[in-house]
Amino acid sequence: MDKMPKWADVVLIPLISLLLATILSALVILGIGEDPIAAVKIMFDGALGSTYGWGYTLYYATNFMFTGLAVAVAFHARLFNIGGEGQAMLGGLGVAMACLYVPWPHWSIALLAAGVAAMLFGAAWAAIPAYLQARRGSHIVITTIMFNFIAAALLNYMLVNVMRPEGSMDPATERFPAAVHLPTLHELLAPLGIGFSKSAPANVSLLVAIAACVLVWALIWRTRLGYEIRAYGHSETGARYAGISPFRITMIAMLISGALAGLMAINNVMGEAERLVLNSTEGAGFIGIAVALMGRSHPFGVFLAALLFGFLFQGGAELALWSNIPRELIVVIQALVILFTGALDNMVRMPLERLFLALGNRRRDMGEGAPLPERKPTQPTE
Amino acid sequence: MDFDTIIQVLDSTVRLATPLLLACLAGLYSERSGIFDIGLEGKMLAAAFFSAALAAITGSVWLGLLAGIAASLTLSLLHGLASITFRGNQLISGVAINFLAAGMTVLIAQDWFQQGGRTPALIGAGRFTPVELPLAQTLSGVPVLGPVYAELISGHSILVYVAFLAVPATWWLLFRTRFGLRLRAVGENPAAVDTAGVSVIGLRYAAVMICGVLCGIAGAYLATALQAGFVKDMTAGRGFIALAALIFAKWRPWQAMWACLLFGLLQAIALRYQNIDLGGISIPVQAMDALPYILTVVILAGFVGKAIPPRAGGEPYVKER
Amino acid sequence: MNASATTPPAIELKGISKAFGPVQANRDISLSVAPGTIHGIIGENGAGKSTLMSILYGFYRADAGEIWINGQRTEIHDSQDAIAAGIGMVFQHFKLVENFTVLENIILGAEGGGLLRPSLARARRTLEELSREYGLDVDPDALIEEIGVGMQQRVEILKSLYRHADILILDEPTGVLTPAEADQLFRILRRLREEGKTIILITHKLREIMDVTDTVSVMRRGQMTATVRTAETNPEQLAELMVGRKVLLRVDKAPARPGRPVLEIEGLRVRDDKGVERVKGIDLTVRAGEILGIAGVAGNGQSELLEVLGGMRPGAGTIRLNGAALPLHGRGADGQARRAAGIAHVPEDRQREGLIMEFHAWENVAFGYHHDPAYQRNALLMDNAAIRADTERKIEKFDIRPADPWLSARNFSGGNQQKIVVAREIERNPDLLLVGQPTRGVDIGAIEFIHKQIVALRDAGRAVLLVSVELEEILSLADRIAVMFDGRIMGERLPQETDEKELGLLMAGMSGEAA
Repeated sequence: MDKMPKWADVVLIPLISLLLATILSALVILGIGEDPIAAVKIMFDGALGSTYGWGYTLYYATNFMFTGLAVAVAFHARLFNIGGEGQAMLGGLGVAMACLYVPWPHWSIALLAAGVAAMLFGAAWAAIPAYLQARRGSHIVITTIMFNFIAAALLNYMLVNVMRPEGSMDPATERFPAAVHLPTLHELLAPLGIGFSKSAPANVSLLVAIAACVLVWALIWRTRLGYEIRAYGHSETGARYAGISPFRITMIAMLISGALAGLMAINNVMGEAERLVLNSTEGAGFIGIAVALMGRSHPFGVFLAALLFGFLFQGGAELALWSNIPRELIVVIQALVILFTGALDNMVRMPLERLFLALGNRRRDMGEGAPLPERKPTQPTE
Repeated sequence: MDFDTIIQVLDSTVRLATPLLLACLAGLYSERSGIFDIGLEGKMLAAAFFSAALAAITGSVWLGLLAGIAASLTLSLLHGLASITFRGNQLISGVAINFLAAGMTVLIAQDWFQQGGRTPALIGAGRFTPVELPLAQTLSGVPVLGPVYAELISGHSILVYVAFLAVPATWWLLFRTRFGLRLRAVGENPAAVDTAGVSVIGLRYAAVMICGVLCGIAGAYLATALQAGFVKDMTAGRGFIALAALIFAKWRPWQAMWACLLFGLLQAIALRYQNIDLGGISIPVQAMDALPYILTVVILAGFVGKAIPPRAGGEPYVKER
Repeated sequence: MNASATTPPAIELKGISKAFGPVQANRDISLSVAPGTIHGIIGENGAGKSTLMSILYGFYRADAGEIWINGQRTEIHDSQDAIAAGIGMVFQHFKLVENFTVLENIILGAEGGGLLRPSLARARRTLEELSREYGLDVDPDALIEEIGVGMQQRVEILKSLYRHADILILDEPTGVLTPAEADQLFRILRRLREEGKTIILITHKLREIMDVTDTVSVMRRGQMTATVRTAETNPEQLAELMVGRKVLLRVDKAPARPGRPVLEIEGLRVRDDKGVERVKGIDLTVRAGEILGIAGVAGNGQSELLEVLGGMRPGAGTIRLNGAALPLHGRGADGQARRAAGIAHVPEDRQREGLIMEFHAWENVAFGYHHDPAYQRNALLMDNAAIRADTERKIEKFDIRPADPWLSARNFSGGNQQKIVVAREIERNPDLLLVGQPTRGVDIGAIEFIHKQIVALRDAGRAVLLVSVELEEILSLADRIAVMFDGRIMGERLPQETDEKELGLLMAGMSGEAA
């Protein structure tokens, strides 16, 4: 029995959750003796007040679109991929290898090759937990967490012992050749006569991320594979009845998820740093969880939530620069968003459902969103 | 490797295994009751900060310990609220708690101490000091057993002994008392507990609270005994290694101790040696870092004995006929 | 009953009402049960019997009404209150901890002390006394997961007796038992009555009511329609009270004209998820134009048989469809391959298997057939508009209500959910239709409709394999009946030449000749 119109589920609940997170964050800012209104002003000015700010906001948003989509695709198959961070690290390794060891004639070919490498590396890192889940029943949440740590150790080893240039003390690769430099928004928009900050890192990867949103939407809602992923996500026994192989769907969903997380590296490694450094992912893999939850696992929702988090990330950096509020405020907001949209979902939902039940209005049923992992479908009572 | 080095490495193993063991037992209570907890890391971190902060402000490590436990309990309550009362997703709640702790500790540290997210270094009564067991000095001259007693067994902070005594205590509580029977039952089949007239919610909250206390001690140990103060992200994944140890131990207390000692040993070796030379093959230090996680994946994969978690784990309890 | 003037009723319910959202599960129910009697409550699935008993046991709170126990007004908020009031309940799905011993399960919640060892020792003595007194035979040190359902049920009864229950409620206790085990249970219940216990037996089986109860109440659509002495009624009257009108016990159908064999099964063996062999070498043939009914107590391998035929589970042996062997494991043996071969499948559990409850009706109409070329726009994309158009047609033909393809499966009633599944499968015009429990939780009107559709498919010359735990359904629908027990076929009978008694013996594992 649907207790509430779908639009409330899709729009109202994320907005209320966001409002609650905002209020609590404001209280936190007050608690550390700062002025929330001033903080918001700094954030807006810093993130949206200039093309420089926009450039960073969009750069971060690009990262979060990739990782948010990665988490969302897995959610649709009722798999909780916490391993986006590790998969993105491995994607970075793939990008670095493609850019450093092959002389590319033009950035566009390099982007294609590096993108494929990033997806392959990310997917490979997701493949083992996926296989262990599908064949051995190993809990994918735990294995993907473990693989994040293993990825960090692996990356550390590669950067310190293998890819570090001779004589350098810095655990990082050397700079990528100039030929693989990706055009920034400044370079892309200049021919159109639009001025954009030269020093902002947003680049052509943004377009790839937006394309990925559209493709994931088509995949989930318009293809047979997407149909099978959603069916499997809602009911494993149902999937077996319909001849949908749980093994196949688990593998494919996780490979797509890992590939999307890995693909983030074309933005942060190839587009921004232009070399591979330790901690290049900056926690974007985890922010993907908040983005997917907030976006209700729908690609358009993910797009909007990624923009929001891009704004928060850039605004938070400006805040740390111009006030006494550390950048970690963003981590707190991220935690609160995950808490309210994910774990305390029912706390927000129950009063709303009661409200709508009281209003008793007729509504059109708009179908399902992605299931949260491990949530048992509630059986109607006798 | 000579005898003294072995003693030193083992001594350091015990120190490093202690926070793992406390957090691992914490997770054991929670998960045995059917509440998955991937927020051990966050609870430890919060406890580490508040214990160091209070110890620094008051100069009393005991007040620090209490503050650490209180902080960890607060997060436990939040986890209970989300996963027991509101029947939310336990994994997502754990993720949120980890981030909440990571962010809030730095935010408050900066506000209170303005030292870039750390507390001042703890001195004197602000730290747990080593406890000298009786006759340690006298017996240290005895060959082999003397140093083992004086160096390895004696001379740790009180919390180390608390952690290791918690192992038999947990075993006894779990397998010899009414509370233990009910706790194990609620993690396997909450409906059986409910129809028997025992409150599922009460039991699970109790388990989550015990988990909070133990995580609090673990965090306090990190900041006030193992080290002298709080630094940003100082748990460094220990909560997840503890989780790994819990799986490795298949949710049993004695095995948890051995698993934590093993992972502590790996950390001790990694701390002491950069690269280990084994007959020409050099094992990089990163391999030591990754080994606990790799071992856990192998155990999870069921290649070395299957790890079966409590059957009702991760699922909120809804009354059904 | 001349003591009733002085002795108050053991249980008295006054005006109990309970709604789940817009669904009124119980409506103004009053009931009085005399102490030391066995009282039956009978009604169809969904009549509200279990809800009523769950209120009595504190699982749900009634919206209105009063509960009186032994003449005392009693507030029951949770199981603890119920236990304190002397009520014990044996649920349909046992509430036991699988990896605990019998003894540990019995003391759980009634340990009587903080330390386990003395509690267990005390309980062991009490248990021995109880076992002797009531003839309830259990091994206190066996693990629950290693004992059979019959013994598990005895553990549940002992759990209640250990808590000094004077009132015992049993919810559909025979669903998982063979007739012989059920008879043993009834002997135990009579013994309990002799000792002064009051027993409420919830069931939808008329035979049990007639066999064992003193008085019986009938529930229909959330209301108590009648309470009568069992000795003063008969099954026909009860059946009429249950459904509210005369029921057609026989489905209106012409004699079957079986043709060539469509499905041939030889030496089929199937294991369940735990690796236990559930189908132990069976041979069966289903011919064109006939309905073969598989009778049996739930859990004797019928589900696994359907699953292996439907491609949900691997097996060993030989299955031939229209003479061609079908693979029994690997990729060629999944549900897609079975559908391509001409097998349609109405599964036993529509909510967990046959439908995706969160999907729209139209998405469910394509479920399992989502590879059908008619549903594709091109190599990449599905043609959702075509699926919706097809759904509109099926909604009209099968009178599915509400007639809205955009409604989620969850928001249809049980009968209409089942109609979506039946429409999807029968409209494929399959060579072989697998049907499991087609009318479980389905209202009477829909039952008739679904039965007619199955018979129509048979009359069109198709083969039907019907699995049902409802003997009545098998007897009225099947043209030929095979009885399964413990993974084997105990015998085949023609419905017109057999009766419930003979089939019951076969279902209990006694072969026809020996019986």
